[in-house]
Amino acid sequence: MRDTFVKTMMEIAKDNEDMYLITGDLGFGVLKPYWEAFPERFINAGIAEQAMTGIAAGLALEGKIVTTYSIGNFPTLRCLEQIRNDCAYHEVNVKIVCIGGGFVYGALGMSHHATEDIAIMRSLPDVVVLTPGDLMEAKAATRAMYEYHGTCYLRLGRGGERQIHDKELTDFKIGKAIKIKDGEKIAILSAGGILDEAADSVEKLREMGINAAQYSFPTVKPIDTDTIQSIAKEFELIVTVEEHNIVGGFGSAVAEVISELDEKRGKLVRIGIPDVYSSIVGDQKYLREVYGVSSDKIVERILKEVSRN
Amino acid sequence: MNSLELAWKIRRHGIEMTHISKGSHIGSILSVADIIAVLYADILNYDNRNPKREDRDRVILSKGHAGAAIYAALAECGFFPLEELKTYYANGSRLSGHVSHKGVPGIEFSTGSLGHGLAVGAGMALAAKFDKKTHKVYVIMGDGECDEGAVWEAALFANHYRLNNLIAVIDHNKMQSLDFCENTIELAPFADKWKSFGWNVIDIDGHDHDELLRAYKTAVASEDKPTVVIANTIKGKGVSFMENNILWHYRTPQGEEYDAAVAELERIKP
Repeated sequence: MRDTFVKTMMEIAKDNEDMYLITGDLGFGVLKPYWEAFPERFINAGIAEQAMTGIAAGLALEGKIVTTYSIGNFPTLRCLEQIRNDCAYHEVNVKIVCIGGGFVYGALGMSHHATEDIAIMRSLPDVVVLTPGDLMEAKAATRAMYEYHGTCYLRLGRGGERQIHDKELTDFKIGKAIKIKDGEKIAILSAGGILDEAADSVEKLREMGINAAQYSFPTVKPIDTDTIQSIAKEFELIVTVEEHNIVGGFGSAVAEVISELDEKRGKLVRIGIPDVYSSIVGDQKYLREVYGVSSDKIVERILKEVSRN
Repeated sequence: MNSLELAWKIRRHGIEMTHISKGSHIGSILSVADIIAVLYADILNYDNRNPKREDRDRVILSKGHAGAAIYAALAECGFFPLEELKTYYANGSRLSGHVSHKGVPGIEFSTGSLGHGLAVGAGMALAAKFDKKTHKVYVIMGDGECDEGAVWEAALFANHYRLNNLIAVIDHNKMQSLDFCENTIELAPFADKWKSFGWNVIDIDGHDHDELLRAYKTAVASEDKPTVVIANTIKGKGVSFMENNILWHYRTPQGEEYDAAVAELERIKP
């Protein structure tokens, strides 16, 4: 995803001289193509995320479109107040890019697990939260982000993500969910790189004769209220999946919409990290399994719900 | 209006605004008054009819709690009606306690949480460099504010990028929220810290308008480094019983204290 992001950003930067990138001293190798192509529009703030974000706000106030770049929680939690006060309140064109949403940097330890970022970022007014699920979504979300004027948060994976969409997303819109598969009774909704596990769970259920629908939400804020409302009315079981703490993230955003519906609606089950920090060592796949967000665990949870009824 | 008159008016408005609003921070408003007055009277390029004019100098009040001083200066400089100063802190007003840019002409940037202004100013100064513009960026900070690590992150950055168009002015009144700086977190040797970060340092009496003017002119002429003007000031300057008294960081002038403060200021009116 990060290479897709850099490539897409570079295409935009080629035609737009206002595009700047400021890194918190991360992106070895990854940012190299941009750095070489646009050395005068590449800034390294050093290991100083507060300065990085404040400087980005200052540049953006002067009309630049500024990308801040780092990994895990560094571009968000480490400089949260700069995002809130300096960027969002001033409605500036700062694009906060995080490489490593969820357990991407699994074995590096809890410091590198971005597992509360969606909840925190989506609680900030005037911040768009983008959570693409595969390379096609990453490409489309990157484009949409730079077309939008204002502060955005782009939560990406690292690399090696599976492609779920088989073609370009030509009608991608911020705030719009994407239907991936039709189905009956059960709908599986996900946000972010966990899309592959969600897709696998749909396949595994299908093999068992359960035909679940699948939706991807590359935007968590603004949340696609219309789509959630119609899903809630159409399906008996709505399952949200996220590689993020169960508190406050994508599942919560969906719950906020569903809970205020007047009409009869399906039951909501939220799957996410069960409000813990991980001190278990392991790679992304391993930790997904441990914390119940792997495709097998998703299936297990859904079967439990199905057998209950 | 000359800088002495403007400084006096900032102080007088400050007393009135904190009195009407029952607001805090009069000590800081009084200590920063001369710094702001000389800047607006003699240095800044601004256009009160077109506050966003591209070639304007930029000012960020990073110690946002002294917002009343900037609001007073802007009103006196014709950015908005003087009458509006009475709405400071009031329900539905656009003049919040900590300085806000929303709807207030002449305010470049909103602050209130300390340690934000210098990085933003550095970003603005860098943008000016990229665009080959000649305006300057002034960031007015507190000394207690320099406890914030973000200040020093920005200080490193400004030196590295040789932002000679960035001028930090520190209202060095030696006091912060609960006590004197030296009893809180030692800043000394303050000038040496900035020097070691690669900045031009100009250490002056922050109530002496000739020294302030000279310092600003020297800062503007810097060819390769950012400049910090360490303006040594007295918290509560101009009202004897508020001077160097920590009580007046939060206390609001009411009753006899208000009358006494006004009487003292009237006696020193230029």
